[in-house]
Order: sequence, then structure tokens, then C-alpha cells
Amino acid sequence: MVRHFEEELDQLKSKLLEMSLLVTTAIHRSIEAVIARDSNLAEEVLKNEERVNQMEIEIDDLAIQLLALQHPLAVDLRLTAAALKINNDLERMGDLAVNIALLAIDLVGKPSIKPMIDIPHIAALVESMVRKSLDSFVARDVELARSVLASDDAVDDLRNASFHELISFMEKSPKNIPQAVNLLSVIRNLERIADHSTNIAEDVLFYVKGIDVRHHAEARE
Amino acid sequence: MFASIRSEVAVQGSREIENTRSKAGLKLQSRNLSFYYGKFKALHEIDLKIQANKITAFIGPSGCGKSTFLRTLNRMNETIRHTRFDGEVLLDDDNILNLELTALRRRVGMVFQRSNPFPKSIFDNVAYGPRLNGIRGKSALEEVVEKCLVRSALWDEVKDKLHKTAYDLSGGQQQRLCIARALAVEPEVLLLDEPCSALDPIATAKIEELLFQIKDFCTIVMVTHNMQQAARIAEYTGFFLMGKLIEFDTTKTIFEKPSIQATEDYITGRFG
Repeated sequence: MVRHFEEELDQLKSKLLEMSLLVTTAIHRSIEAVIARDSNLAEEVLKNEERVNQMEIEIDDLAIQLLALQHPLAVDLRLTAAALKINNDLERMGDLAVNIALLAIDLVGKPSIKPMIDIPHIAALVESMVRKSLDSFVARDVELARSVLASDDAVDDLRNASFHELISFMEKSPKNIPQAVNLLSVIRNLERIADHSTNIAEDVLFYVKGIDVRHHAEARE
Repeated sequence: MFASIRSEVAVQGSREIENTRSKAGLKLQSRNLSFYYGKFKALHEIDLKIQANKITAFIGPSGCGKSTFLRTLNRMNETIRHTRFDGEVLLDDDNILNLELTALRRRVGMVFQRSNPFPKSIFDNVAYGPRLNGIRGKSALEEVVEKCLVRSALWDEVKDKLHKTAYDLSGGQQQRLCIARALAVEPEVLLLDEPCSALDPIATAKIEELLFQIKDFCTIVMVTHNMQQAARIAEYTGFFLMGKLIEFDTTKTIFEKPSIQATEDYITGRFG
């Protein structure tokens, strides 16, 4: 017989997974909108934002209810605490996808100042990190979570290289500045999405193992 | 599942606990303690160290041996026929078998699940122990009684009716009276066997607050079925199962990330 409490925990996990799907779809569409200069894709991201925000409220409400009424302990307590934090990270990732979608709308109809190479490359890495961090939560896979933490530096390196290149484009001609600034913002938002996925990976380590690896880079090895 | 549970000594959670567990911090310890009701082995080689001036709680399912272990600490089990124990229990450095029984029970007092005030006045309940210990003067007794009733958070409620029968008090008041009575002989340790199980939430909260205050001058060891209570007030918690001490650690560790799966199963309600 499944305890009522376990059903509530399962409901919490299900809602988080539903939100994860919404957010990962939004991230993917926003990136595609930038690469393909597709305003329709961007508009879809904006339309779904309301549902993401609504889900954040529902998940927080469910988690608080669990804490108040069920007094979860040990792994259940860590799951509930991690769910609250992951929920917040997912909502922020949704906001960042909206930012990217708005930047994509801004790019529509404007000729590219350079071939779109770096952004797809960074986006692929970021989407992989997001997917792995969420998979590690579902599968309670600490090694997968640790691999997400290890990927963060690669995103930072790619961002730095892209920044240097875009700055040189701006220096070449003032006409390049608006679009270069736009692309810099896209990269910056992608980097922030990667940061949130590392937060999720850290939360998974806390949930599964009860260890806190935040702010301790050496603990990530 | 339980056949695989180790019979070895309690798991220590952190190196920090080991390093700080100096002799000076210890109040009670059991070494390889086993207990028998006739031929039935109720406790299996329990090694456990209780820190001075802390609250230590024992949790576990019914029949796991936690109350039996508690009663061993002041030899209350000797009131039950055909019992014996192997191993030793030390109070400071003294083996409790080498201590005179009354002296032991004065140093290690006990409060039971159901309050058991004597059929006497409130005053005489608290004064009983001190009188037996030779305190006779009226003012001296009044001072002791007031001090203990203040410490047990009962003074304000009974100061105007000290010579009324203790049976007129509510359940929660009677239990605090029993604690005051135990404190009157200035025990070094107070054992409490599910002291709040018969009380309402408000009375329970008062008892818990009282235990917080008296631990400054008394080591508290309690058995509780209420895991939330152990989580609220105990600094250390031990989990018993089938006569074995499965895990013993800080309460924070036990309730946030226990080391043993059986402990986690129990406190998350997946046990049984």
C-alpha cells in the first residue's frame, strides 16, 4: 500500500518534471528563434511564460504544504528543500529564455554581422547541461550531477572567447554595435541558464547524498 | 531486511563528535551492555555514551528495548524478577553495580510515562525526598520546594495551594510535579520514559521547555515515541531496533541524513 505521503511526494516530483519540460522547451525554442531569426518561435516562448510562472506558484505551494503537514525527515526533507530551490532555478531559466526570445525578435530582419557559430555551440553545451541536471534529479544520479558541475567552466571559456570576438566586431565598425550587443546579451543569458543548471546539480547532490557542495569548487572533483 | 542489520556498536556520525567526546563531557556510558528477561535477550551489546548537560533521546518502535535500556541506567529493572545484565554502565567513573542503590537512584532520577504523584499535598510531594535525605528545617524545606517548583515551571500555578492534594492537579501539572519531586534531591541525571505521551500539546510544550531549562544543571535522557519531540529538543538521538542500538548521532544528523538505511526507513515512516 502506498502511503498518502509518498503520493504527495510523487506529485511534487511530477510537477517539477512538468515544469522542467516547459522550461527546456522554452530554452530550445528561444535559441532556435535567435539562430533562425524566427519570430513565431520567439512568440511561442513568450506565450508559455505565464504557465511557467503559474507552475512555480503551484510547486512552492505543494512543497510548503508538505513541510507544514507531513514534517518530512531525512531524504524526504532534503527532497522537499531541493524541490523548492530547483523550482526557483527553473522559473529563472524560463525568464532567461524569455529574454533570449525578445532578443531574437529584435534580430529578425537584420542581416547577420557574422556567421552564427559560437551561439549554437554554447547553446548546445548549455542545453546538454540543463538536460543532464534534470535527468540527474529524476534518476538520483550523483555522477551525472557532478558532470554538470564540471561543464560550467567550458561554458565560461566559450563565453569569454565569444565576447572577445564580438567586441572586435564592434571595434571594426560602429554599425555592428547594436547587433553585437544583442548577441552578447544572448550569450550572457545562456551563461546564466548554465549557472542555474549547476545550481540544480548541486541541489541533486544535497537531495541524494545530503552533501552541500555550493561555493566549494574543490568538492566538485 | 532486519536480519542484515549489524549488531555492532552505534555509528558515530562525525569525526568532530569523536574528538570532543572527552571524559569530562561524558556523564553516563554503557559498555557492551546486554540485558535479559529470563532467557530472552532484550538488549544486545549496547555501547553508548551520554554527554553531560545535554538532552539525549531514544527512539524506536514498540518493543525495541529503548525503555529497557533507560531503566538499566539506574537499575530500575531490578524491580522486575528474573532479569540480569552483562557488560557495564558507568556513571562518571563509577560502575553503577558498585554504587549503593538508593544513592544511585538519587543521582539518577526517573520520571515515568504516567504521572505518579504521592497521595500527599503538593508541598509534601516535593519535600519527601529532601526530608528522607535529612533536611528537616521548615524554611529549608520551603526553599527547596519553591526552587524545584520554579524550575519545573509549576510555582506560579500552585504557590497559593501548596497544601492541597496533588491529585487536584491536571495531568500536565502532575507530571511537572513529578519532575519537581525528582529535582528536589538534586539528581545529576534525569531519566524520562515517554513523559508527555499522556499529555495535551500545550502541557507537552511546557514540559519540553522545562527540559531545555533544567539541562543546564542536569543531564537528560528520554525515551519518546514522538519523533518530532526528539527533533525539537534533543541534541543527541539514538535509534533502537530489536534490542540493538542501530545508530546514535547528533539529532541533526539522524533527522537530516542518517547513515543507516534502517534509521532512515523508520524516521520516514517506511518501516514496517
